[in-house]
Amino acid sequence: MAFIKAEKLKHKFVRRDEQGEVKDVTLALDDVNIEVEEGQFIAVLGHNGSGKSTFAKHLNALLTPSEGTVWVDGKDTAKDENVLDIRKEAGMIFQNPDNQIVAGVVEEDVAFGPENIGVPTEEIWERVGHSLEAVGMTAYRYHSPNRLSGGQKQRVAIAGVVAMEPKCIIMDEPTAMLDPNGRKEVLNTVHRLNRQKDVTVILITHYMEEVIDADYVFVMDDGRVVMQGTPREIFSQVDTLLEYGLDVPQITRLAWELKQEGLPLPDGILSRQELVEAICQLKSKT
Amino acid sequence: MLKDITLGQYYPTESVIHRLDPRVKLLATLMYIVSLFLFHDFVGFIVVTLFLLAVIKLSHVPFSFMLKGVRAIWVLVVITAVCNLFFTQGANTYFAWKFIHITDQGVSNTLFFTIRLVYLVVGTSVMTLTTTPNKLTDGLEEGLKPLSKIGVPVHEIAMMMSIAMRFIPILAEEADKIKKAQMARGANFEEGNIIQKAKAMVPILVPLFVSAFRRANDLATAMEARCYHGGEGRTKMKPLRYISADYKAYAVMVLYLAVIVVIRIFL
Amino acid sequence: MSIKIENLSYTYAQGSAYEIHALKNLSLEINDGEFVGIIGHTGSGKSTLIQLLDGLIKADEGYIYYNGEDIYAPGYSLRSLRGKVGLVFQYPEYQLFETTVLKDVAYGPQNQGFSEEEALEKAKEALIRVKLPEKYWEMSPFELSGGQKRRAAIAGVIAMNPSVLILDEPTAGLDPKGRDELFDLIRDLHEKMKMTVLLVSHSMEDMANYVQRIVVLNHGTLMLDGTPAEVFSHVEELEQVSLAAPQVTYLMKDLEKAGFAVDTSVTTIEEAKKEIMKLC
Repeated sequence: MAFIKAEKLKHKFVRRDEQGEVKDVTLALDDVNIEVEEGQFIAVLGHNGSGKSTFAKHLNALLTPSEGTVWVDGKDTAKDENVLDIRKEAGMIFQNPDNQIVAGVVEEDVAFGPENIGVPTEEIWERVGHSLEAVGMTAYRYHSPNRLSGGQKQRVAIAGVVAMEPKCIIMDEPTAMLDPNGRKEVLNTVHRLNRQKDVTVILITHYMEEVIDADYVFVMDDGRVVMQGTPREIFSQVDTLLEYGLDVPQITRLAWELKQEGLPLPDGILSRQELVEAICQLKSKT
Repeated sequence: MLKDITLGQYYPTESVIHRLDPRVKLLATLMYIVSLFLFHDFVGFIVVTLFLLAVIKLSHVPFSFMLKGVRAIWVLVVITAVCNLFFTQGANTYFAWKFIHITDQGVSNTLFFTIRLVYLVVGTSVMTLTTTPNKLTDGLEEGLKPLSKIGVPVHEIAMMMSIAMRFIPILAEEADKIKKAQMARGANFEEGNIIQKAKAMVPILVPLFVSAFRRANDLATAMEARCYHGGEGRTKMKPLRYISADYKAYAVMVLYLAVIVVIRIFL
Repeated sequence: MSIKIENLSYTYAQGSAYEIHALKNLSLEINDGEFVGIIGHTGSGKSTLIQLLDGLIKADEGYIYYNGEDIYAPGYSLRSLRGKVGLVFQYPEYQLFETTVLKDVAYGPQNQGFSEEEALEKAKEALIRVKLPEKYWEMSPFELSGGQKRRAAIAGVIAMNPSVLILDEPTAGLDPKGRDELFDLIRDLHEKMKMTVLLVSHSMEDMANYVQRIVVLNHGTLMLDGTPAEVFSHVEELEQVSLAAPQVTYLMKDLEKAGFAVDTSVTTIEEAKKEIMKLC
């Protein structure tokens, strides 16, 4: 079985009024089927309300399916006895950097996860040291989180998850509240973890530039997976993406518009280099 | 800049007192407070004063910091001192005018009361100046552990306290931002009577509460995601362990209290 | 209506160990009807500047003249200034507090002294302008979605009918569609309501697409000031202060290096498209 498998996943949010009567039901996830192999770097795209965050919360059993099943490392998320194990395997980073940090000192916050799962004191110190190193925040270990930048705080949050030695890190719009430099910091850190430590990464985002380096992309709309493929395959379908309320990296957009004007450029151009090469090729032919 | 508020005004430096286990300091402070209510003559006063001065010296915290706490309550001290001085009945009256009597008992009461209050504030300051808030909550959690056997949620209370401390600067800063945003919409927080000023606070308090709830919700989710499930099975990165200095400190406190009791009973 | 800043300086926590010189001797002039973008690395003084412009904090040194009047002169009403200079903070939806959206938007006009009826009228006009449908007006602001809340918050500022509108990262946290819609609204306010607009943003591409003039701050001082084409041509300087030029500008420079004769002052997709079409 794939490391993460969602089969016919449905999720209903039920809103009740004061008497407990059902006020309305929202179908946040409608028949989602996704498989993720170990070691992959996956991106999940979608506009706000597409269901991508709801989906993310199923992967570490914060939510359980209304219908269908989700397996993480072979374990069914709906079974209570699996929950702690699943959360050890699949760590999660959230959007707001401040609202994830529990302790007043960086190293103590990184230790929070290991403390929760009963790691012996000696080993906690080792894990904290390695985790801070892995995210490049060793110099800040005695600092108060309050004085850190957004990007630094997110890296501390990542260290806190890494310290639990998970096989997978799920990131729910981790860069939405950061400035461009903070975004770069966080993404570089996560790509490094993916390449060097073989950690599976699932990145939920709506920043197109972040998706370019993913191995595989799922696009969600209205609770369903509407597109899937490599970044190149996805970004070739610019008009479809625009219909889904999404966007493409500026270079990709430009290449597409040039193609609309009649220039025979290849599909799915992702980088400046590729576009320059393609234009050079065109010119050399004329 | 509000981010830099340190609760309890911890003063970071190296000293014997700083290195003591927080449980020792908490218990010692309690015993010290008891001693303050036990002494009632000059000899007792000397012993208490010497003890306090010794502890202050050992803590390496500048004396001016100790007085900060006293400055905060000087109004209370003055009011109660005046009440004691003017309204206590006694054997010899030094001065009388309408309903005010200054008596020998009054003078003595005023003196002792004022000293007790000042010493109380200075003594507890020593504890907060030499112990970080986190260490204090750790100490409380460990120290009150026996209570958890009778159903008191000691771990949860300690966790709530340390999270509250972490978020107070954040919420303070947010309150400032909200205030500025409302000022930008023409809100007036300076003028007006008490009622108007209270009403003017609603546009700050409502968003602040909403924000606090949202943060609490987010934080709870994040904690669950990191496998938090209460105090069961939890280990600690920095467990509290007694060292010899702690036992010596306990011995000193017991001795000190014994001396005070003896003085009280026999002198 | 214009704003003139002369030798403005502001320091946080003066005299303490945490002293920060947020603004140093800054001089700047914003003219009536301009659409200006303000960029700068985090800590360059952008938020300090906009708070000063709205009279929320007072400069340590220097002057601010609004329409020729010194706002620090005794007797000058800073409260009335805030009605003329509207400031939309980052994540403005965090300031919503009333029981209904309509009442919240009416808060600003009421503070300006309008009667309840007049304030509600102004609120309705503002809500129409931000294209928030009427069915949401009597709802609690907390029941709205993130994007809708943001519109309501912006309406709350527009309802005060400011001549100058300052927006601090208005699209922070929004998805691409939300970003586009919001920028269309801002452009609308600039063109149709003739507001002078100051926009603080981290997105070079957005700046290039919408503003006429860009001011670059660096450690509290003015580094660059000009049209997008002018400012973004200083690529190395921008990179040295952790900023960048739009992707298409870099592309043009790449093409120039590859030997093509292109105009490297291009900053938008439209312009880039035209240049490349000329080539091929």
